[in-house]
Amino acid sequence: MMHRRDVVRRLLEDRDGLLVVAGLGSTAWDCTAAGDSPLTFPLWGAMGLAATIGLGLALAQPARRVLVVTGDGEMLMGLGSLATIGVQRPGNLAIAVIDNERYGETGMQATHTASGVELAGVARGCGFAKALLVTEEAGLEEARRLLLREPGPVLAQIKVIPEKLPLALPPKEGVLLKDRFRRALLGAA
Amino acid sequence: MIDWPLETFQAMRKAKVGVVGYVPDAGHQRLIELCHSERNLRAVVLSTEEEGIGLAAGAWLGGVRSALLMQSSGVGNCVNALGMVRECRFPLLMIVTMRGEEGEFNPWQVPMGLGTPAVLAALAVIVHRADAAAEVGPAVAKAAQLAYGGPAAVAVLVSQPVIGIKSFQEQASQ
Repeated sequence: MMHRRDVVRRLLEDRDGLLVVAGLGSTAWDCTAAGDSPLTFPLWGAMGLAATIGLGLALAQPARRVLVVTGDGEMLMGLGSLATIGVQRPGNLAIAVIDNERYGETGMQATHTASGVELAGVARGCGFAKALLVTEEAGLEEARRLLLREPGPVLAQIKVIPEKLPLALPPKEGVLLKDRFRRALLGAA
Repeated sequence: MIDWPLETFQAMRKAKVGVVGYVPDAGHQRLIELCHSERNLRAVVLSTEEEGIGLAAGAWLGGVRSALLMQSSGVGNCVNALGMVRECRFPLLMIVTMRGEEGEFNPWQVPMGLGTPAVLAALAVIVHRADAAAEVGPAVAKAAQLAYGGPAAVAVLVSQPVIGIKSFQEQASQ
């Protein structure tokens, strides 16, 4: 089993022009711990929307790779968005589900994935080009390649150890997060 | 007779809308078809309306304007997502066909129809109403200007008599 911060750090290493949407809670903290960037849009709310924000961004910027980094609980709340993405088939969209089988911010209660619900299988059923379930560290490099290089839409569900970690908080102000992203990407506010 | 879906479509094109998210709705049927027929427009069918809020936010982060088409019941599915729109000041253009108003045949549509303006107002979405077919296109043009000139979140409510569906039979045979 892997540590979530190591996984996210590896995914975001040498990120170049990668555009990142981080789901609320632990995955937003993980992305910040890996290095805050104006080209990361971290969510502090809107649970369940990370994947569709990624879809909108991927359609708007077809030449750029878009990576959604989110948790199992957040992905479960937006399960229908996998079907919506499967219909659009954006070749530049990748989703990494950092799956600790827990709702980390609310007391570590079990999510559906703790009872065997497989998000990679759902993504395959929705028409994703490829989806992987990664349970061992040996599979991480393959997942990284899939998420950063292979034709999308792709999803990797990466099992991690449930652990409480020091907070690494991104800026909280929504207007700032939106405007800094647009300025870095488009050169406009 | 005024072709309000065509006028709405033209207003959206003039406002440089590039992505349209929708949940299928009888009232929006012709407008949805027009969107799919336009090569420079990406029409995205959603499994629930709140996905459209994410779609619009993501498109705006990437520099593209969007519009969302839904019926009034769908507004209820968007509520928490609208909190993000307000906090981040995302521009938003919603075109909502009203149910539960004059001529409604399904009583289950009435409560959400009745609550739609108040729900939008609670999340600080500016509401414009179009009560006649001739008003819809101009209302959408003004709403788009406000949304993308702002940024602001704006919804145009197209009243049920404009849609004019009176029964399940009529809806099914459209």
